Amino acid sequence: MASIQLDRISVSFPVYTARGRSLKTQLLDAAIGGAIRRAPGNRNGTVVEALRDLSLHLKDGDRVGLIGHNGAGKSTLLRVMAGIYEPNRGRVSIQGHAVPLLSKDLGMDPESTGYENIIRRGLYLGLTKKQVRAQLEEIAEFTELGEFLDLPVHTYSDGMRMRLAFAVSTAVSPDILLLDEGIGAGDAAFLKKADERLKAFTERVSIIVLSSHSKALITKICSHALLLQQGKVVEYGEAEAVFTRYQEMSSRARTAAG
Amino acid sequence: MNAGKQGIGGAAKFRAQLVRAWEDILAGWCRRQLWGTIGLDHIRQKYRRSVLGPFWITLSMGVMVSALGLLYGKIFQQDLQEYLPYIASGFVVWGLIANLILDGTRAFIVAEPMIRQITAPISVYVYRSLWSNLITFAHNIWIYVFIALWFGVSPGWAVLWVLPALVLLLINGLWLGLLFGLIGVRFRDFPLIVNSVVQVMFFITPIIWRPQMLPERALILEYNPFYHFVEILREPLLGAVPGWDHWVAVLLITLLGWVLTLAAYARYRWRIPYWA
Repeated sequence: MASIQLDRISVSFPVYTARGRSLKTQLLDAAIGGAIRRAPGNRNGTVVEALRDLSLHLKDGDRVGLIGHNGAGKSTLLRVMAGIYEPNRGRVSIQGHAVPLLSKDLGMDPESTGYENIIRRGLYLGLTKKQVRAQLEEIAEFTELGEFLDLPVHTYSDGMRMRLAFAVSTAVSPDILLLDEGIGAGDAAFLKKADERLKAFTERVSIIVLSSHSKALITKICSHALLLQQGKVVEYGEAEAVFTRYQEMSSRARTAAG
Repeated sequence: MNAGKQGIGGAAKFRAQLVRAWEDILAGWCRRQLWGTIGLDHIRQKYRRSVLGPFWITLSMGVMVSALGLLYGKIFQQDLQEYLPYIASGFVVWGLIANLILDGTRAFIVAEPMIRQITAPISVYVYRSLWSNLITFAHNIWIYVFIALWFGVSPGWAVLWVLPALVLLLINGLWLGLLFGLIGVRFRDFPLIVNSVVQVMFFITPIIWRPQMLPERALILEYNPFYHFVEILREPLLGAVPGWDHWVAVLLITLLGWVLTLAAYARYRWRIPYWA
């Protein structure tokens, strides 16, 4: 049983200026006692509210696409679901093993070989070395990288890295898979294969959350979509309909700007 | 009344945070295979393209110890037979302590990409730093072994005191890494500040000079935490049992450090991925 329950969560980031990042300056400021006052509330620079009062409930079998402009809060939301960010406010309850696949470098060591990185990533995801080795053959086969696996990862293309990371991440049989945009961008065929692998892996169907700008990709993989704007949910519903709404929104913004 | 309520709520919240911080530290310990692997990688990466590999660490410190040993032996008019083993053991021990601190301040900074990518206990990255430094120490200690054999120093059974001392040092390295790492990832000039302080401490702590060279037992020794840590490791290497006063000082620092660290780590651990 996998589920994601978000209750009125808010996530805000402190955006520090170089001053705010310096302990020396902060201590000096405190010692001087604010003789030079800056604008109130501006002590530590700015705060960006990435998610605002967001509630969402996902259950077994949900395949959800996250849509929204850059900076709408998609990546932040994925990181909250992955348990990387604890929100400032609100409750998060996640049942099941959530595995994030967030950015291109995917935390690989570029100097190590493909095989070494498989083991490394497997360990990060909570497997033991023995468990990874037991699945090494099968993971290697899924990547279709062949002899490249003996070469350092810095010789790989983005797509190849992606295959590697995906193969390992699904080998831990995640209940929840969190994919960020860019990850599947070019390679729809691969994502299709990935989706099949997921289905084959677990009897129960897991939750997939996928952030993307591609309508083709979202409608292919996802049943539902969530439209985010400035950290708030604008619409949640059937994927096609939500995407249409997103396109309307974008074109309206463009007309208004033009 | 309202404020009182908030206070109780705050205490409960803090208790929950404390539990989670403690769980993070335990869960990190359980991921030994993970930090064992990345700790080793960390060292290998540095020396991947060199012939000697990690033995560069040994070689460079060996050169440093011999050069400084010969020079200061002359300056202080010391008997090399005793002075070289003294400075070698001091240097190797100092290297471990200083690196634990410096690496600790950067523990979360260097792990940034992983912290923002993957859900793993945050403390893993501090264990990683401890492990890397222990491996480095295992390379450096051979300099002392070599010099001790050369000059016929035999520490006898007292050398076994190295083990509890090392364990104590690593327990302190853990809180140091958690606390300093936390501050370092928030305030990016912190590692630089600590670096300068540690450099000064090197000269204040008896590594190249001996405590006996001071006219009288000075406060500069008793209130120098580094001195006590150095002594509990160096004394057994040279064949003496470390004095109880050093153990007491180290235990007090351990206790104080952990109390402080648990409070800070409980309160701010969740912020680390945001700051990273």
